[in-house]
Amino acid sequence: MPSISAGDTAFILVSAALVLLMTPALGLFYAGMVRNKNVLGTIMQSLIMISVISLEWIYLGYSMSFGPDVSGIIGDLSWFGLKGVGVAPSETYATTIPQIVFMIYQCMFAVITPALITGAFAERMRFGPFLIFSLLWALIVYNPVCHWVWGSGGWLSERGVLDFAGGLVVHLTSGAAALAAAIVVGPRRGFRKENFMPHNLPMTLLGAGLLWFGWFGFNGGSALAANGIAGTAFVSTHLAGMSGMAMWTLVEWMHRGKPTTLGAASGAIAGLATVTPAAGFVGPNSAVIIGLLAGICCYLAVTAKTSLGYDDSLDVVGIHGLGGIIGTFCLGIFASKAVNPSGADGLLAGNPAFLGTQVLGIVVVGIYAFVASWILLKIMNAVVGLKMSEEAEMAGLDVSEHSETAYNL
Amino acid sequence: MKKIEAIIKPFKLDDVKEALNEIGIKGMTISEVKGYGRQKGHKEIYRGAEYVVDFIPKVKLEIVIDASMTEKVIDTIQAAAKTGKIGDGKIFVVPVEDVIRVRTGERGKDAI
Repeated sequence: MPSISAGDTAFILVSAALVLLMTPALGLFYAGMVRNKNVLGTIMQSLIMISVISLEWIYLGYSMSFGPDVSGIIGDLSWFGLKGVGVAPSETYATTIPQIVFMIYQCMFAVITPALITGAFAERMRFGPFLIFSLLWALIVYNPVCHWVWGSGGWLSERGVLDFAGGLVVHLTSGAAALAAAIVVGPRRGFRKENFMPHNLPMTLLGAGLLWFGWFGFNGGSALAANGIAGTAFVSTHLAGMSGMAMWTLVEWMHRGKPTTLGAASGAIAGLATVTPAAGFVGPNSAVIIGLLAGICCYLAVTAKTSLGYDDSLDVVGIHGLGGIIGTFCLGIFASKAVNPSGADGLLAGNPAFLGTQVLGIVVVGIYAFVASWILLKIMNAVVGLKMSEEAEMAGLDVSEHSETAYNL
Repeated sequence: MKKIEAIIKPFKLDDVKEALNEIGIKGMTISEVKGYGRQKGHKEIYRGAEYVVDFIPKVKLEIVIDASMTEKVIDTIQAAAKTGKIGDGKIFVVPVEDVIRVRTGERGKDAI
């Protein structure tokens, strides 16, 4: 039996707690951008994922994602209810820490991913159908894709597709689902006629700061050991976040005449999301370039959205979806075995084939996540209905769905 | 008796209040209001989405006075609230039929 490393175990436990923090942080990040009648409902859509998905994860999700492989497609259900998942290390995953620690660390990723999607249908989705959608989405999209990319025997993993901390598994799946959701649910009433101004940007900035803090656990912890790779991933994360923030702010300043705080926060999140698949596989200079690219590309995507006419209210597609694509693509360019011997060499290290492998990963995950989410949402829309009634939407999520008011001043 | 309703720029409220105190006006009611006239609103940009904010925050002052004070009060408010730039506000003069002090039941001028 492989021996357990105290240092690795301590680091992954702390990283799991850091990643958990990102889910309420995301709630704050999103809630600051909505109107003051939708604050609690928006936070709740992130917060409640901690319950729904954790429950799903211990009974089904972990086994589907990481359990014994069935033809490269999905894990079987032999680990139902964490059967056999205990303090002994796994033979395949994170072999120096108890498997139960690996399980709870991965649980936090599964929790935040459907929470990311909620930005696309902000301010108009009914709570009950949202819960059902999120649960089914975890089963139909997250768990299979997680298995393909990270599961032992997963078919994309066998093809050599790399994703350090979730550019494909987390950001592209949620971004593609967000696009489907924005299309199927339809725009907020009054879209393009009324002002949908953010009601509390300090809340958004606090959320962005906490997300950045948690991201060190998200990417650093994905080394699954307290080692040099964790250090590389930690540094890449910070460098991409800071360069994304600098670039977005600069581009916005030149384009619109004013550097905005929402722009700075958006750029940071774009940089952090984009470096996620690459964090432990690329050097610091590559991480800076990835962050700069994220800053400008995501700014352009978010600006272009306005003319495309769909209401991805809080820009999940333009920031997380596009970030996941750019980051996974950039990994194909900048990956280096000199940085991480268990990674790969990319285009710049003389291995263009790896870039092709990464493109395969993007195409497969992007199309699968979009199509599966679209079908799921279409069926749910026909059977139970997704969007709030006009009266409920006008009154806001807080009163209509939760019988509460965020601010009683 | 007259009611003077003045819409002014919020940062001028203290100046106007002090000037009115100096000419013996000892009470007023104010409210925070929003509106627009010749001064247009401004644009705000959030992640590239442009919003025009039409309604600009202003302060509305309401004072009831004896009719003989009308011109003096108007002049005082105008002098104190004026910046010379567009958006300084407006003063309305409205006739008041009666005034009643709730505590004593006094009426008319005595109740002001």
